[in-house]
This record gives sequence, C-alpha cells and structure tokens, in this order.
Amino acid sequence: MSEPVMNEAPVSRKNASRNKWAAVGALGVALVAFLLITVSGIGDNLVYYWTPSDLEANRDKAVGATIRLGGMVKPGSIVGGKNGSTLEFDVTDYKSTVHVKSNGVPPQMFREEIGVVVEGTMTDAGHFECNRLMVSHGNEYRAPKEGEHPDVKELIQSTEGLE
Amino acid sequence: MSDPLFDNAASEGRPVVAWVLIGLGIATLLFGSYVGLFVAPQEKFMGEVYRILFVHVPTAWNALLALTFAFGCALMFLFRGDWRWDARLEAGIEIGVVLSFLLCCQGAIWAKPTWGVWWDWDPRLTTTAVLLAAFLGILALRRFVDDPVKRATWSSVATVIAYVDVPIVYFSVKWWNSLHQMQSTPNTVSSAFHLPLRVNAIGILLLLIGVITLRTRIAKMRLREELAPPEPAAGSAMEYAPGAGR
Repeated sequence: MSEPVMNEAPVSRKNASRNKWAAVGALGVALVAFLLITVSGIGDNLVYYWTPSDLEANRDKAVGATIRLGGMVKPGSIVGGKNGSTLEFDVTDYKSTVHVKSNGVPPQMFREEIGVVVEGTMTDAGHFECNRLMVSHGNEYRAPKEGEHPDVKELIQSTEGLE
Repeated sequence: MSDPLFDNAASEGRPVVAWVLIGLGIATLLFGSYVGLFVAPQEKFMGEVYRILFVHVPTAWNALLALTFAFGCALMFLFRGDWRWDARLEAGIEIGVVLSFLLCCQGAIWAKPTWGVWWDWDPRLTTTAVLLAAFLGILALRRFVDDPVKRATWSSVATVIAYVDVPIVYFSVKWWNSLHQMQSTPNTVSSAFHLPLRVNAIGILLLLIGVITLRTRIAKMRLREELAPPEPAAGSAMEYAPGAGR
C-alpha cells in the first residue's frame, strides 16, 4: 500500500481523454440498458403475479403450474382458518374472482379487503390451491381516529400463529 | 505539484465539521426515533409494527442519495481527472452499500409480521438486491486493483453502468405489480407520522454527509501515499500525511 505506484502527474493527458470516452461509453451502456428495460418489451415479461382476470384468460396454462395470484380478499368470503382448518377465501380484482384454499396460518395482517399474493396452482376442480399466503400492505398509513384504538389483543393473538 | 489533492494536504486540519455533522445527525435521529416510538400514535391496522417506517423510508431515500452522489463523483472523475472525485466515489459507494444492506434487513424485519414472509423475489426487493450486489462488486473491484489509475477508471465506469439500477429500484413498484407497496405521499400518510419521518430523514442525511466527509479524507490520505513520487533520499510517503513532519 505504501509504496508509490506512479512517478508522473496523477492523470496523464492520454488517460484524461481516454477517460472521457470511457464515461461517454458507460453512459451509453447505462442508457441502452435503461431503455431496454423501460421502453422495449423486456419489462413486460416481468410478471410477479397474475390477477384473477389474467388467470381467467389463461386457465389452461394455470392448471398444474406454480404461479402467484394477486388481488383483494373479497369481503365476506373468508371461511375457516381457525384451529388449523383449511382457510378459504375469494381473491378478486373486481372483474374476476378466484376461490382460494390455503392450509397455512395467515399472517397477522390478513383480513377482508386487503391485498394478498398467493403462491400455488390452479386445480382441475376450479379453485386455487395455495402453499404460501402473503399479505401486501398499501402505501397508506393512518392514525386511528379520535377514540378509536387498534385492537391490540387481537393483533397479539394473530401473531402467535407465526412460525 | 499542481494537483489539488496535494495542494490541500497541508490545509486539511482536523475534520471538525464532519464530527459536528455526525453529532447533530445522531441527536436528530434520537429525537426523531423518540417521537416515532413514543409520541406518534399506532397505525390503524398495523398497530406498533408500522413504526419501522420511520427508519426504513429515510434509509431508502439516503441509500439512493449516496449512490447518486457516487454516480456524480464517477462522472466528475472521468471528465475532470481530479483525484478528489475518486476519493469521494469510494466514500459514496461504501456508505451507499451500508445503507442498502440496512435497508434490506429493515425490510425483512417489517415484511415478516406484515406480509408473512421475510423475503420474496418481487420486483422491488429483487432490484434492490441487485443494487446491493452490484455496488458490493465495485467495492471488491477497488480492493483487488492496486494501480490507482486503473482502479479509479474501472470503478468509475462500473459505477456509471451500475447506477442504471437506481431509477429502476425507484420505479419498480410503479412499473410492475409487486408485493412491496408503492411510494407513499404526504396524502397517504397521516400528518401525525410526518414529523418523525422527516426528522429521521434529516438525521440520516447529516450522518451521511459527516461519514462521507470522514471517509473521503481517509481515501485522500491513501491516494496521496499511492501517488507520491519516490523521494530521492530518506523521503517516505508518510511526509504527505497531513500534520506529519511539522
């Protein structure tokens, strides 16, 4: 480390002009990469989850394949899930609805009208068999209104199910 | 020597300003975290868990800011050939990597109780992991190259290219469907939560500037040693260290 490496001025004139071209080249590469991802169709192949409508349209592809389905939990559709029984609910994008059966314990945040992403496959029987249930949270953070309190007891109870 | 790196060698005193900034940053963070933990109300659905928001979001802003600073330094070095930009580049990337790593850890801690998983390969998380890996790679590259000219040039070029991931991380939640929520705006966050969020953002920013200043100083000292012409007789590179030999 301590031995001097160079005897000349830090960046020679030759290096300086080469560096400018390197900068232009690097900016070019970065720009092309950016355009490929944003403007061209490459980004369209980046599908994290299918919506219920996507699933409806591609039902034959979805049967037997491992896919993720994302949408909202339909109000009033949650059945079971207590004491290890199968949890069933409907996932909707307000156009199509898919019935989901899950064996795992749902995360603390799971409730009606919250976003979920479920991983699993479509069955011949017409429902989605879920191995992994994830709850997504929106970008809204609200303080409870005057006199309103989050039900702490319920929150604590629901965490107990976490592995 | 006409290079400013050498001209400033004598004038560079103790980094008082940097330490003041770090002190102010820590004090600001303590205040913001106190408000965030004890004064701000619970969130309607998440209860207490949401409070990690007050460090997670400021960490994200500052991580992207540090890497943007590094991107600027890389371009400045390549176009100007001034060694001080190489020193700043080193500092910017290092702090950016530390913040990105913290960001991933905080995210995982928040994800488990809310999403139900520690990690998932959703677009936001994946692009952030790529960001961390890319800039860690550039730090490794800097370690392995002994020639300061090659080191500075290669890492600057790599930084300019790797930086393309920063806007992709930012927009990933808008462009693709993901598990991670979209950016919040003041409209989607209750005003009771604004103060700790902003105070902590300023606190981390002050820390960031202070630490980058200190780290740049160290990088400059090393560069001075590396670039010093060999002295004819008893000279050693140590003479260029600030304060030494007086």
